[in-house]
Amino acid sequence: MTPLQRQILDLLTEDARRDIRLLAALLGEDEAVVRDAVQALEDDRVIVKYATVCNWSKIDPQRVTALIEVTMTPERGRGFDAMAEHMYLYPEVRSVYLMSGAYDLLVEVEGANLRDIATFVSSKLSTIERVLSTKTFFVLKKYKQDGIIFEQRTKDERMSVTP
Amino acid sequence: MQRYIVPRVQSIPPSGIRAFFDLVQSSKDVISLGVGEPDFVAPWHVRDAAVHTLERGKLAYTPNAGLIELREEIGQYMHDRFGVHYEPTSEVIVTVGGSEAIDLALRVLVQEGDDVLVPEPTYVSYAPVTTLCGATPIPVSTAEHGFVLTVEALERAVTPRTKVLLACFPSNPTGATMTREQWLPIAAFAKQKDIVIISDEIYAELTYNGDPISVASLPELRDRTVVVSGFSKAFAMTGWRIGYACGHRDIIAAMLKVHQYTMMCAPTTSQWAAVQSLREGRADTARMVASYNQRRRFVLTSFAQMGMQCHEPTGAFYAFPAIASFGLSDEQFAKRLLLEGKVAAIPGSVFGIGGEGHIRCSYATSIQQLTIAMERMQAFVTALRVEMPE
Repeated sequence: MTPLQRQILDLLTEDARRDIRLLAALLGEDEAVVRDAVQALEDDRVIVKYATVCNWSKIDPQRVTALIEVTMTPERGRGFDAMAEHMYLYPEVRSVYLMSGAYDLLVEVEGANLRDIATFVSSKLSTIERVLSTKTFFVLKKYKQDGIIFEQRTKDERMSVTP
Repeated sequence: MQRYIVPRVQSIPPSGIRAFFDLVQSSKDVISLGVGEPDFVAPWHVRDAAVHTLERGKLAYTPNAGLIELREEIGQYMHDRFGVHYEPTSEVIVTVGGSEAIDLALRVLVQEGDDVLVPEPTYVSYAPVTTLCGATPIPVSTAEHGFVLTVEALERAVTPRTKVLLACFPSNPTGATMTREQWLPIAAFAKQKDIVIISDEIYAELTYNGDPISVASLPELRDRTVVVSGFSKAFAMTGWRIGYACGHRDIIAAMLKVHQYTMMCAPTTSQWAAVQSLREGRADTARMVASYNQRRRFVLTSFAQMGMQCHEPTGAFYAFPAIASFGLSDEQFAKRLLLEGKVAAIPGSVFGIGGEGHIRCSYATSIQQLTIAMERMQAFVTALRVEMPE
């Protein structure tokens, strides 16, 4: 990773819509150089996707997110990878993390309502072979995600002209 | 009641910025590049530290010169960052913003009959405060040399009554910085003419062409310079009103005398917040400076694309493009840019001689807002060129 690539990542994680021309101007580089650096980051899948962070609760108050702690027996030679894959291939699963500590996988699941998630856990997650137990925690409110605060409190308080 | 106001105050013209502020306030949907303060708020750990001291009731007066903890941190900072050693107990004073430090320094160094050299264009308060002290501000033009101060310009302006040179680099409004090499002949000049330098280094951290320098780091200027600085710009703490001055013990002692009778001490909460900024906030400063630098490059690229001439600013967060080629005065240009282009920028003449024919554009505004502002300026200058005679 070059310092330029690092700066590009910082700028794009702040706002993925920044185009090559703007990035080049901000960084004082040629557009071609920036384009190549972005391409390399995409090729290496450092940049995985240009996505939008949504506050879904604004438009869909029924929508529910749950964090599920899963304990399981690892597979010989493959650890938890195959089971993690088995989980993350479900579209309901938003994220999967292998954790240290009292449980093994932390699974974030999204559903249209509580029943949706309950059904998913009982019929799909818990039935995966080697899953020993699950604990489901429902998210009541999301304050911050990926470094982005959902309800920004600080608007520009400055006077429009100062010496 | 006008007749009760003393002539000295009556003689000071109202700030040109004030009139422009009223005009901007009355305009709708304007993006302002007229803001002379950071768009960052002080980092959370600094605000949190301030809240903590409030909760613990640490709200009594502090020593007149400021908390010793803060003076020690300032001494350490000046040493780490600029290589100048100041004794915290006798050579550092904590003030209500850099502005009070400038007032104090002028009050103890000049009086009726004295002259103060003020390189212009510059920050709007130097000349009026000089006048309030009974002294006479003598403008020194920097425009001919890329807004950098030269001995030739000083020689043209200096008088037998000159006692002080009041300089601000990195410069508000031009963004110009000065190198050690450029200061060297000025050091010799100051020594020869026996002039004290008040160096407003409030923007020092915001230097983009190398390490920031302090005028006092030139050994021959160390005792001849009062360094004025503060937390407003580098630590995004404008409203906290917290600054400081460092200099020879005799000058600082005199400043302290005035300060203790007029101000008592700087706000206690702000002093504790400043301690936190110096102890743990230097990485925040680096992050903010990197961000300003990105935006600086962006506006320079944008001006170049518009065909607008702009001397490269290497410090502060201002660009100072030349607009004389459009056949308008800077006031006319700024007014039309505001009303027709919906972008506020300050007419350069507000900042003194050499500022005419320029506008000050602050890039301490989000990239998103800057992008829109640059698009609007592009459209505005394109339209202006159409109406210009061949």
